Amino acid sequence: MTLNTAQPTRDDGRRRDDDDAPDRLPSRLTEIRAHEFGEPEARHLLLRAGFGGTPSQIRTLAEWGPERSVDYLLAAEDVPYAAPKADRFDANIMRPLSESERREYRSAQQRRDEDTLARFRLLRQQRQRQDRQQIGDVQRWWLERMIETPRPLEEKMTLFWHNHFATSYRTIENSYHMYLQNQFLRTNALGSFADLLYGIIRDPAMIAYLDNNDSRVGQPNENLARELMELFSLGVGNYSERDIKEGARALTGYSFRDDEFVFNHENHDKGNKTILGRRGNLDGEGFVAAILAQPACAQFIATKLYDYFCQHIGTHDPGDEIAVRRTIQSLAGTLRSSDYALTPALRRLMLSRHFYHPTVMGNRIKSPTELVVGSVRSLNTPVRDMGVLLQAMDLMGQNLMYPPSVKGWDGGRTWINTSTIFVRQNALNFLLTGRLPVGYDGNARDERYDPTDLLTEDERRTPRSAASALLRLTLGHTDERTKDDAVRALTGFAREHDDRVNRDVLVGMLLLIAAMPEYQLC
Amino acid sequence: MHHNDSANARAWTRRELLGNGLVMASAAMAMPMFLQRSAFALPGPDLGSIPGVPDDRILVVIQMGGGNDGLNTVAPVGYDAYHRLRPSIRITKQQGITLEDRYSDIALHPALEGLKEMYDSGLMSVVQGVGYPNPNRSHFKSMDIWHTADTTGTGDGWIGRYYDSECCGFGAGESGRAPRQAANQPQARTETVYPPVAIGREAPLAMQGRQTKPVAFETPDLFRWTGEQIHDSLHDPYQKLVRRDPAQAEGNVSSNAEFLMRTSLDAQVSSDKIRQAVAERSLVEYPNSPLASQLSMIAKMIRAGMKTRVYYATHGGFDTHAGQGGANGRHANLLRQFATAVRAFYQDLGQQGNDGRVLTMQFSEFGRRVAQNASGGTDHGTAAPMMLFGPMVNAGVLNPHPSMDNLDGGDLKYTVDFRTVYAGVLDDWMKTDSKTVLEGRYKAAPVIRKL
Repeated sequence: MTLNTAQPTRDDGRRRDDDDAPDRLPSRLTEIRAHEFGEPEARHLLLRAGFGGTPSQIRTLAEWGPERSVDYLLAAEDVPYAAPKADRFDANIMRPLSESERREYRSAQQRRDEDTLARFRLLRQQRQRQDRQQIGDVQRWWLERMIETPRPLEEKMTLFWHNHFATSYRTIENSYHMYLQNQFLRTNALGSFADLLYGIIRDPAMIAYLDNNDSRVGQPNENLARELMELFSLGVGNYSERDIKEGARALTGYSFRDDEFVFNHENHDKGNKTILGRRGNLDGEGFVAAILAQPACAQFIATKLYDYFCQHIGTHDPGDEIAVRRTIQSLAGTLRSSDYALTPALRRLMLSRHFYHPTVMGNRIKSPTELVVGSVRSLNTPVRDMGVLLQAMDLMGQNLMYPPSVKGWDGGRTWINTSTIFVRQNALNFLLTGRLPVGYDGNARDERYDPTDLLTEDERRTPRSAASALLRLTLGHTDERTKDDAVRALTGFAREHDDRVNRDVLVGMLLLIAAMPEYQLC
Repeated sequence: MHHNDSANARAWTRRELLGNGLVMASAAMAMPMFLQRSAFALPGPDLGSIPGVPDDRILVVIQMGGGNDGLNTVAPVGYDAYHRLRPSIRITKQQGITLEDRYSDIALHPALEGLKEMYDSGLMSVVQGVGYPNPNRSHFKSMDIWHTADTTGTGDGWIGRYYDSECCGFGAGESGRAPRQAANQPQARTETVYPPVAIGREAPLAMQGRQTKPVAFETPDLFRWTGEQIHDSLHDPYQKLVRRDPAQAEGNVSSNAEFLMRTSLDAQVSSDKIRQAVAERSLVEYPNSPLASQLSMIAKMIRAGMKTRVYYATHGGFDTHAGQGGANGRHANLLRQFATAVRAFYQDLGQQGNDGRVLTMQFSEFGRRVAQNASGGTDHGTAAPMMLFGPMVNAGVLNPHPSMDNLDGGDLKYTVDFRTVYAGVLDDWMKTDSKTVLEGRYKAAPVIRKL
């Protein structure tokens, strides 16, 4: 055990809580000391605040120590990296018909001019096809960015917000709006949650996804108002059905034209509303302000951050319940006192002993994105074919830009079942060897993968030392029994190849490790 | 005509479903409309076995995700309010498929044409106004409520609990490896188990028991490890690593490690069996839709003699807030896919000679509001009909449409608790004790024909 070497001493006469006992998950966000931060901790930080690191990246952070490492990851903006441009994708594929085109269409309808109508239908189908291609390009672009970025936390948080403010291309059928939303989430990824919440009710993709574009006085659509509170900020039980009805009125007239938010005055309900105890002629901003004033809001966001960065709520040890709850409360307090700025809370968390506790390290199930991006980044494999990787992630249950619902992906153990286990193993077979599993479309570029450089010369000396080093890199800390079993299987495999430690044997070892149930943990 | 409110009041009312939605087990707990229907059947002793029907009975659940608009599925065309509140999306009396004369107040959506023949042959049963107390309009919460059969939407899935409590599920997992148990718990049984199978990438909560883990996959090709094709020498070490005993994870700090090891082990054992079954050709032509391909796979597994007792298929896209259409359009297309898939499924099962073994039950997390919205769609509502299929169902429309005049804030008041339908399926088809599975006593809705 690497942590809790320094026991908290209590000479103030207060009763010492059980959860402060050595080895138990700490219930306070006490800071980790520099000497408690070694390579396992650096590896963990890279996995959680990004998508994992190579052995040399791990060694660098271990030398830097906790504070410099965390601050480096948090200050993503200081790392030069070109921002995506607005014209990166075609904004005009799904432009609505112009006024004159609409007139032509209507008159064709009246005249029952089937030829003209058929032409319009064909045009629409062509545009939809073109747009479906473009959303594929957007997906590939994002996946590539996650793989290549020198600012891993920025993309990790963009992914977090994509899951939080889940919006699906399947419903809105506008790839450019999905791209704009993705950019909005990235720009604010490490900024302030308040800015995100104010911005999301003006986001064309979200407005279309939750049907707010036609919502008007007298006929409010409740969809956005409901999810704004239930899924984006407060959680069930912290608002009433009446708040939804009144909130929906506040959001009437919030719409968009082309790619821009518009506020349709004539559609907005200008009457008095009472939302979450706040009364007045509230508009969308007033509604969001009322939400942000609720203590439940910071608590809700803190819980989701904890779930994403520490461990899945619900799969932690029942004995750690109090420690988890108190930690979330502290995070919520930090969020509140910083007016919802995200970095102070993340900094506190990532510098805490809690974050590096043995029960937290290695106890998260990798999301499909984390599995794929993380494997490429930490094992330095070729990317081979972005399209195949996206198909595989889809089959694992995570199709980027297509969350299953506004709730996003459930994550945790729901990623894993008897079939996704195979998809996960086989995606790694593809990355490591280029072998395309049955049922996929795509061409594997025949790039040879050579993992030799992952290991030092010393580590490559015998099959046993190579196996141990690869296990340390891929699985982190494991119990002795697991390690023994794995080393035995890997060295057994090497024996079939004359006990050599060469490229083929190292790839074979990685294939076997990636098939281990434990490889799904991070 | 039954569509007056006094008839509704005589159906299962809110009063009879007080407290946790539990049905009082008293003789006064009458269900006149159900009894009326079953009176046509010959009374006979219930021997726990239907003559000519094998005991290895199968349940197929079809989930309509997003909240199916029940009012445009079984449309109350005989009520003015329906037409008034849905001016541009209603199903007219002329468009709808009419059933027997005594149900002239309702009509099936015209896209359900494929089901009409099944209905006429006594293979379809409709329960109207199904819901639960204090309906939740969140997709997720309401779906969880249907999956757990619990109005707080928490706990294990109802099918998972069925497996946990029955022979076929106790001990869990295709591998037969039980999860570790506390010392004070009874020893898990060790007989071979056949876990429930879900077609789709996500295993539904309904099938997650304390010990039961469902098998879930989208296509069987993806249901194996490809590493052995890379090099033969990988076979043995792979098998050693993935078939380790999950119990050894006990000392592991990660609570997820044991879960992953168990799932991995189950995957190995299921893989061979299922790929073999699904490689066969279907006996009939299926339409081209995701639901049809799911049902065709299920039919093949049944034909292969797999001993799985519960299968799960999903049909999504029902969240029609905008542009849902009426007799044609988005919702109509979804219903047509449903009807044609179910019809082909039973034709297939009929050719196999397995139709008598397979009950199919459809549900959605909620219906939709009675009035349409400004976007030509409908918002989240409450009660909706459920449909059941198979030669064993108590065929016909089992109860009246809920009142169209006495609404609850623009929503239908439910008249049947969905758990009574589950209880009917569990008690009368799966032959288990629904009280154990549902963790409460619900009077079984007579959805299964008594012989």
